[in-house]
Amino acid sequence: MHSIPGRRLIMALFLIFLLLPIYWLVNMSFKTNAEIVSTMTLWPHAPTLQHYKRIFTDESWYSGYINSLEYVVLNTIISISVALPAAYAFSRYRFLGDKHLFFWLLSNRMAPAAVYALPFFNLYSAIGLFDTPWAVALAHCIFNVPLAVWILEGFVSGVPREIDETAFLDGYSFPRFFIRILVPLIASGIGVAAFFCFMFSWVELLLARTLTSVQTKPIAAIMTRTVSAAGMDWGLLAAAGVLTIIPGALVIWFVRNYIARGFALGRV
Amino acid sequence: MDKTINQKAWFLVLPVFLVVAFSAVLPLMTVVNYSMQDTFGNNQFFWNGVGWFKELLDPSTDLGGRFLASLGRNLFFSLVILAIEVPLGIVVALSMPRDGWTVAACLVILALPLLIPWNVVGTIWQIFGRPDIGLLGYVLNAIGIEYNYVSNEIDAWVTVIVMDVWHWTSLVALLCYAGLKSIPEAYYQAAQIDGASRWAVFRAIQLPKMNRVLLIAVLLRFMDSFMIYTEPFVVTGGGPGNSTTFVSIELVKIALGQFDLGKAAALSLVYNLIILIVCWIFYTVMTNAGNDRKPQEGAA
Repeated sequence: MHSIPGRRLIMALFLIFLLLPIYWLVNMSFKTNAEIVSTMTLWPHAPTLQHYKRIFTDESWYSGYINSLEYVVLNTIISISVALPAAYAFSRYRFLGDKHLFFWLLSNRMAPAAVYALPFFNLYSAIGLFDTPWAVALAHCIFNVPLAVWILEGFVSGVPREIDETAFLDGYSFPRFFIRILVPLIASGIGVAAFFCFMFSWVELLLARTLTSVQTKPIAAIMTRTVSAAGMDWGLLAAAGVLTIIPGALVIWFVRNYIARGFALGRV
Repeated sequence: MDKTINQKAWFLVLPVFLVVAFSAVLPLMTVVNYSMQDTFGNNQFFWNGVGWFKELLDPSTDLGGRFLASLGRNLFFSLVILAIEVPLGIVVALSMPRDGWTVAACLVILALPLLIPWNVVGTIWQIFGRPDIGLLGYVLNAIGIEYNYVSNEIDAWVTVIVMDVWHWTSLVALLCYAGLKSIPEAYYQAAQIDGASRWAVFRAIQLPKMNRVLLIAVLLRFMDSFMIYTEPFVVTGGGPGNSTTFVSIELVKIALGQFDLGKAAALSLVYNLIILIVCWIFYTVMTNAGNDRKPQEGAA
């Protein structure tokens, strides 16, 4: 009664559709460039690890992953720590301009990154943060902070008010109540919000590329180097791509039970 | 739930306000400033008033023509992917296994495309679609369909659309799945007793419950597809010709390619305004939907 006829077939076909391009990327990353260009093979006939070896031994390659992770983690920490108190305030209190403020936050989540690329470049150059992980981490706050506030607000609203009131009656101060009682109660919500901050910061390229030049180039920008005068280094490009999928795949596994609720922004 | 009025709540919101103001208001002011000026390089600026805005909305000028053409392409793109992704997402959500380990496995695979960096999504499809080394391009050409996204406009469009369906249908599916999960088992049992058909169950029980998440899905997908940049840029670079140049690609070309700050800023503002209007509609509908839902919550 719940689902439709032929659901297994539909699901299987859709999953194959999702996995096939990824399989092709993995397949290519294990082939030599000669094999990629000369023949069409469904699996690597002469499997090689040369591309992965190159990435893990060449500092200009592996530093890209470290740079990316650095600003992603920074951004996640900043976003969650400023969003938590705000989510509580939006969920529990009415105050002057609350609705306008909430809409303004939301509108920033929707602002096209392309609009901000150039002004960000000017702003962060002017204050000397250009080409540091801080610049990218702060820039990504523009869409991650509103998202985190939104998701966390949904989760905080799921905590009954009586819990706040009882805690205050028991003599808890506000900061103590917040850290000792509220945060543990919405731990899964914080996990989901952190997952989304991680995800959107990890996949974004335009701002990350614009705000970095030499020191902190993200892996996504380094990947464009595989285009050279001698033609494309397809194997290396594929291997670098495969490695960018792994962190995402790992974090999904940890939040798999909350993904659906998180995508509904804590509102189901 | 009634909220208490407490102006001190501003202190809790202040950090968010400062962080977002720093990264949103300051840059936006720079944009407004630039949009009124013209530059010939060397940091020399000249006052241009509303000149750029007039040009932008006039299709006979170079700037206006490019903007309006890319806007048209972008709207068409957004509508096409919505028409494909929303029904497909619903079907996939209805096809989810009921329980057991397959649920977790399906969820993880569904979410996988969403966590791939956008330029890698572009790279995956760039490779996958190539006629010489990509499975898709090779197979299509082998069975006699001529396909080359680099030189043929229609093929480029098909590639970009299929890529977006691949990338984002999961989002719609996951949202709908979350909506379906919230339906109590008793509803289905009641429907079974009444002898309701499969279609009636969908229309009377599942669709109304998915309303809200579907709305989130449609609007998120509309806005994100409206500002799409990285994926088509990597695959087609906006080509062949200008056939897949969307608004963001045009904007970055003008801003960071030609360093035409005035034109780029004016375009940014108009672009942002369109998004803001859609966003406002989204927000109003969302908050109203929330108010409608509350009494039901109390009853259930």
